[in-house]
Amino acid sequence: MTSRAPLEHQAAWWMLAPALAFTLVFALYPVVDSFFLSLHRIFLGVPALGQPFVGFENYQTMAGDPVARQAFLVTIGFVLVSTALELVLGLGIALVIHEHFSGRGWVRVAALIPWSIPTVVASQMWRFIFNDQYGLANLLLFGERVEEYIPWLAYPGFAFAAIVFADVWKTSSFAGLLILAGLQVIPEEVYDAARIDGATTWQRFWKITLPLLKPALLLALLFRTMDAFRVFDLVFVMTQGGPGDSTLVLQFYGYKALFAEGRMGYGAAISVTVFLAIFVLSLFYIRGIGSRLLEKEPA
Amino acid sequence: MTRRILLGVGILLTVGLSLFPFLWFVVTSLKTQKEVEAIPPTWWPSGSLDFYQSALVDHHLTDYILNSVLVAGSTTLLALGIGIPAAYALARLRLPGKVWILGALLSISMFPQLAIAGPVWQILERIGGLNTRWGLLLPYVTLTLPLAIWILASFFKELPAELEEAARVDGCGPWQTMIRVMVPLAAPAIFTAAILTFIYAWNEFFFALLILTQPERQTLPVGIALFQGEFTMPWGELAAASVIATLPLVILVVLFQRWIVSGLSAGAVKG
Amino acid sequence: MADLELLSISKTFGHVTVLKDITLRVCDGEFTILLGPSGCGKSTLLRIIAGLEPQTQGAVRIGGDHVDHLSPRDRDIAMVFQHYALYPHFTVRENLAFGLKMRKERPHIIDGRIREAAQLLGIEDLLDRRPKDLSGGQRQRVAMGRAIVRQPKLFLFDEPLSNLDARLRASMRVELKKLHQRLRATMIYVTHDQVEAMTLGDTIVVMDRGRVRQVDSPSRIYSRPADPFVAGFIGSPGMNLLEGSLERQANAWCFRSGSLSLPLPPLSGTLPDSLASRTILGIRPEDILLRATDSRGTSVKAHVDVVEDLGADQVLHLNVGDRHLVVRAPQGERHGQGATLTLHLPYKSLHLFIDDRRLNWAEPDERA
Repeated sequence: MTSRAPLEHQAAWWMLAPALAFTLVFALYPVVDSFFLSLHRIFLGVPALGQPFVGFENYQTMAGDPVARQAFLVTIGFVLVSTALELVLGLGIALVIHEHFSGRGWVRVAALIPWSIPTVVASQMWRFIFNDQYGLANLLLFGERVEEYIPWLAYPGFAFAAIVFADVWKTSSFAGLLILAGLQVIPEEVYDAARIDGATTWQRFWKITLPLLKPALLLALLFRTMDAFRVFDLVFVMTQGGPGDSTLVLQFYGYKALFAEGRMGYGAAISVTVFLAIFVLSLFYIRGIGSRLLEKEPA
Repeated sequence: MTRRILLGVGILLTVGLSLFPFLWFVVTSLKTQKEVEAIPPTWWPSGSLDFYQSALVDHHLTDYILNSVLVAGSTTLLALGIGIPAAYALARLRLPGKVWILGALLSISMFPQLAIAGPVWQILERIGGLNTRWGLLLPYVTLTLPLAIWILASFFKELPAELEEAARVDGCGPWQTMIRVMVPLAAPAIFTAAILTFIYAWNEFFFALLILTQPERQTLPVGIALFQGEFTMPWGELAAASVIATLPLVILVVLFQRWIVSGLSAGAVKG
Repeated sequence: MADLELLSISKTFGHVTVLKDITLRVCDGEFTILLGPSGCGKSTLLRIIAGLEPQTQGAVRIGGDHVDHLSPRDRDIAMVFQHYALYPHFTVRENLAFGLKMRKERPHIIDGRIREAAQLLGIEDLLDRRPKDLSGGQRQRVAMGRAIVRQPKLFLFDEPLSNLDARLRASMRVELKKLHQRLRATMIYVTHDQVEAMTLGDTIVVMDRGRVRQVDSPSRIYSRPADPFVAGFIGSPGMNLLEGSLERQANAWCFRSGSLSLPLPPLSGTLPDSLASRTILGIRPEDILLRATDSRGTSVKAHVDVVEDLGADQVLHLNVGDRHLVVRAPQGERHGQGATLTLHLPYKSLHLFIDDRRLNWAEPDERA
């Protein structure tokens, strides 16, 4: 055996070392530590109480906490509705950008703008649009009839719809780009063959485009689902979880418990729950997409 | 024919819905205080730059901009400095178990911020990183690494193995092969990764909110999220600040649209 | 310059054995060809020599020194790759200089070597261009130049001409030959193209499925193939190989294959006890005569089935009883489909393989 292999291993480890160090210290250790914290009763700023080990007490508290249950339901609802809409709109955007027409580059730029805008800015923007007095929504709907203006964010249903709306606006183009990548690998020949076989535009879309697009759609779905699970900025800026916890999502609830109320243990339990939910989803990700890169290993 | 009409409608909707809401903010930023407070709102602004001036002068906006530039810039440099060798090792070198390392690194991008927030905050508190820009850098680099490594490793994988072998026969060790041969060839991917990393760090809010508590240290997203007036919500100034915060991103998108699209779709990771 | 020794090299990838117990000696200044069909392990062997791939077993010695512990950079070898592997971000000059720079050679020496090599290859005008601005043939030259400037102990070529079109390949072949005559360096050259192998090599190493089948000069590989594989692989069209059995008829031996029966000259060597052993009789298409000029031989009748006209000559596909033979008709002769011919098979042109090993005639015929 040559000595090259160990030398290469050594170099590889050094190349990886900083990345691994960062990941271990600021990602893996914190997750484990969060779990550890979630098994203790910790109130920040009240050292006298100590930090007693309480087993799964925080998780039991959470199961019995109606606000936590509400946050869970809101999150699930948000994930389902927003990802469904984003996938449909994303598909539309992808189909448009995939066509050949002059100025296509500029349409793509336009579609990317919402994605590039900081979420906080987008949130403030939508908050302003849904403003009861100065908002664009009221202006468009009611014009001069000021007395009919609606304080959108003050109604639970409308507030929830507003954050969904903002999220869909912000991220549909991202879903669209993932779907576009899938569209681009469908060979033109297949469409030609279908045309010769007599399929109409509509039939070609349903019988060829959609089935062949399935992997890309799945990918977009997974990404959007995982991301929607982590929604925070929108809620923080637009509604602060209100009114009446109607927009209280898990990451915001956990954030409040951890940093506003100092309930370190309880907040950690919520964060571990969110983590596990996303972890299950990310298993799909690693298996479905990660393997694509790993497949091409030399034998 | 129907196809053409459909396409036309699709283009109009895509462009209109994408741009219109933000254009409203741009319009608002160019109004005067009186116009902003008009009910019903007016459509056309008088083109006043008052709000920009007062946002910059009265609302710490210059601090926010400086902090955002510093944090996003150094995050990009650091994440690439660390990510390039890691991606190269994972894509090209023989290493037992690297499949698992790659999997672990990539899975970080899936972590909800909340899951690591508490302990990261405690670590930073212990090492004096709270309310500092370098303290914010640490989680940012960690969270942007998966994206950078993914984009770069995908690209490194596609480079011909012969080049690397030629370099080795020419006398390069692993480091020299990487630096002198592979990195120059990976320039497009490095550029893409840099743009996406920068955008991530420029836009990030959660950790910035946790870690930066003094206005002088805060970044644009925090500043804009916590924007307040003395008595009423200063919508005009907020709109002006938002336009300023978004402008660099719009420029990046317009100039480097192609790279961004390839990074997002090839990497398939959200920035 | 140095000689090369491979001492029972084996290589396995997982459960797949790619190379099995390869021992080979290449003399100083020799041009040696590793020839074989794709997948025979020739490229892997070259990469093991280069140090790009570790062998599973065995040793490599260059100039008498063990190099197994050395990385490619320290083996003092240069390699020309199949796809040239020019650095796209360097100019031609930088490409040529890179290997020397990495070895901390002094600038004036680097300049001198580049000038020399560029002159030798006729690429002086290309030095400031980048690889993407070069034609295939020019890239090929630069790739060779990169090896030449290094003045290595050993040149390794990995199918360097396989990406060129036929005409360019032919002219580069001649240039390579000249280059070797000029440099007198030890060169190992991998190819699957027998024409390249025959024209370039001092020695050809024929490989198949991870084993060396024969090591010999091109002419001996052609005239005395060691086994049916080598016999069939070399030559175009390939040698006729008839599978059959040996039968003793009175004092003489006779080869029987289907309805075909050919008397044989006296055999030397030990014959297998069992005549059921796998016996193959071979004769090259160009060795079959359509007129009996050689008295020592045997004749058969044949019918022309298909005629391939190559312009200069014809390749005839013939039916001999229920067997099939390919014959190259001599220049000037023309035959049509359906014609009946008398084939003369000279004894000295017959190759007999028993259990895949060559059996020599009593009077070995040395055609060189």
